[in-house]
Amino acid sequence: MANSELLSLSNVSKCYGQDRVLKQIDLTVQAGECVVLAGHNGAGKTTLLKLILGLIKPTTGKVSVRGQNPTNKNSIKAKRSLGYLPERVSFYESMTGLETLQFYSKLKSEPIDRCIDLLETVGLESSAAKRTVSTYSKGMKQRLGLAQALLGDPDLLLLDEPTSGLDPTLRRQFYDIIEQKCRMGKAVIVCSHSLVEIEAQADRVIILNSGSTVASGSVQELYQQSNLPLSVQISVQPSCTQRVEQTLSDLIIPIQKSAVTENSIIEFSCNPEQKMELIRQVASLGDAIEDIQIKPPRLDDVYLHYTVSETPSRPVETTPGIPL
Amino acid sequence: MKAVWILMGKELRDGLRNRWIISSVLLLGSLAILLSLLGSTPTGTVTANMLDINVVSLTSLSVYLIPLIAFMLSFDALAGESESGTLLLLLTYPISRAQIIFGKFCAHLCILMLAIVVGYGGSACINILLADGSSSGGLNYLWMMVSSWMLGAIFLVIGYLISAAVKQRSTAISIAIGIWLVMVVLFDLALLGILVADQEQSISQNFFSKLMLLNPTDMYRIFNLTNISSSIETYSLAGSADVKLFTLFDLCLAFILWLALPLTASIAIFKRREL
Repeated sequence: MANSELLSLSNVSKCYGQDRVLKQIDLTVQAGECVVLAGHNGAGKTTLLKLILGLIKPTTGKVSVRGQNPTNKNSIKAKRSLGYLPERVSFYESMTGLETLQFYSKLKSEPIDRCIDLLETVGLESSAAKRTVSTYSKGMKQRLGLAQALLGDPDLLLLDEPTSGLDPTLRRQFYDIIEQKCRMGKAVIVCSHSLVEIEAQADRVIILNSGSTVASGSVQELYQQSNLPLSVQISVQPSCTQRVEQTLSDLIIPIQKSAVTENSIIEFSCNPEQKMELIRQVASLGDAIEDIQIKPPRLDDVYLHYTVSETPSRPVETTPGIPL
Repeated sequence: MKAVWILMGKELRDGLRNRWIISSVLLLGSLAILLSLLGSTPTGTVTANMLDINVVSLTSLSVYLIPLIAFMLSFDALAGESESGTLLLLLTYPISRAQIIFGKFCAHLCILMLAIVVGYGGSACINILLADGSSSGGLNYLWMMVSSWMLGAIFLVIGYLISAAVKQRSTAISIAIGIWLVMVVLFDLALLGILVADQEQSISQNFFSKLMLLNPTDMYRIFNLTNISSSIETYSLAGSADVKLFTLFDLCLAFILWLALPLTASIAIFKRREL
């Protein structure tokens, strides 16, 4: 085991009765790495986090956090090195924010005098910290949740949909903290539906679908692996529209979708490997072209590409007597 | 062990904030005082001391109230936390599942003890003052308080067992009420029915007495009646049991078994539970 390896999952599967919710997952996370787990609801992201936390046992395979099995009775070291923010974080409603943090701090054997600083780090003011959790808004609970996850400066942060339902400012603050932790050499695993939000922080994205890993790699690698078409938009002189269309089609650029709008803008898609050829041919059209925009696929398109195409197609229900 | 203390402290604070402690004290105290004042009538000019009469009255009261209070404290200890989501977060911290149950158990025992000591103890003090400082029967009263606490402890662990076995608060409270009804009311009625039906007396008193050990509330009655033999006649069913069959050791052993078995079972079930 390398020194910087914090987490290792080897051939991990999890079944609930006949349902296989995770299938042969292999994953290693190094210090300083930010890994994004993406996938639809029910893809197995939360189950994976629960396995890492030792809340459930794998049906097959092995989970190791800092070299320890987290489900073992003596996995105190493993538990101390983890910080977790659940998707729907719940606290004891009769306690104040500060008391809540102090309670969890004591359980982690951390000094409670750092709690106020931690609350300030996540943006909870001291007046709010003295109020009971029952009076907190969703955003304040998420902040408190992040503060408890940061207790003891854990080596591995597990954040399950940390920004769902939060306003953009608060989301930005969350991602700034994640980025800061990664710079400090801590590893972060974030479950998210929105890859676009966390694209900048993600060192690696793992897309889960129906319990299996369907894609894994850096954002750039996912773009390349998906081989999704580029979106091209060309503004042409109104009188040259037909000529441009004909030229481009004559040049056998694989036009997958073409539309001419009223403002003489031609929109179409092309394969990424033919991008340079397209630019050369467009440039050869000279003054007929007023502007050109080439847009790469969005990360959400990449996500959809993996999750939708990999989803097992539902059998089509037919009504007897009506031909499809 | 430190984790148990931390959780215990938190549970006690919760008990204070949600008024569990104060309401339990007030409930037991007011009923005990009321019973002692009303119960002083039968003493009249006879020499029976007030504390012994109170033991008899409070024993019949505690059989209903203490299990109810204990169930109210414990039925959602795990199911409630599981339903609200706080258990999930708690289990990600360095605290074992057994420590969670022990932490809650210690705190709930303290709440029960406080309610009994302040409620029943306060009533005893008033009785002693009314009796011009005479503390005759005080030891029996003390045993009644201790046994009430033990009865509460047994129902606490039965509550944890229910709470560990089910996932929802509503299911837990339904089962708890059912068990309370069976143990406090129906069990005795069933035994009475057997007694009435058994006109040929084929069931020996020895066997019948041992049947009562199957129910902690009957054990509690027998325990207190053993101390005050003069009051046996006041209990129809417990009076049918041969209380001399049981030594203090037997009763304590039965109490310990009633504590240990549900507690062990609740820990075992809770450990296997996946969130």
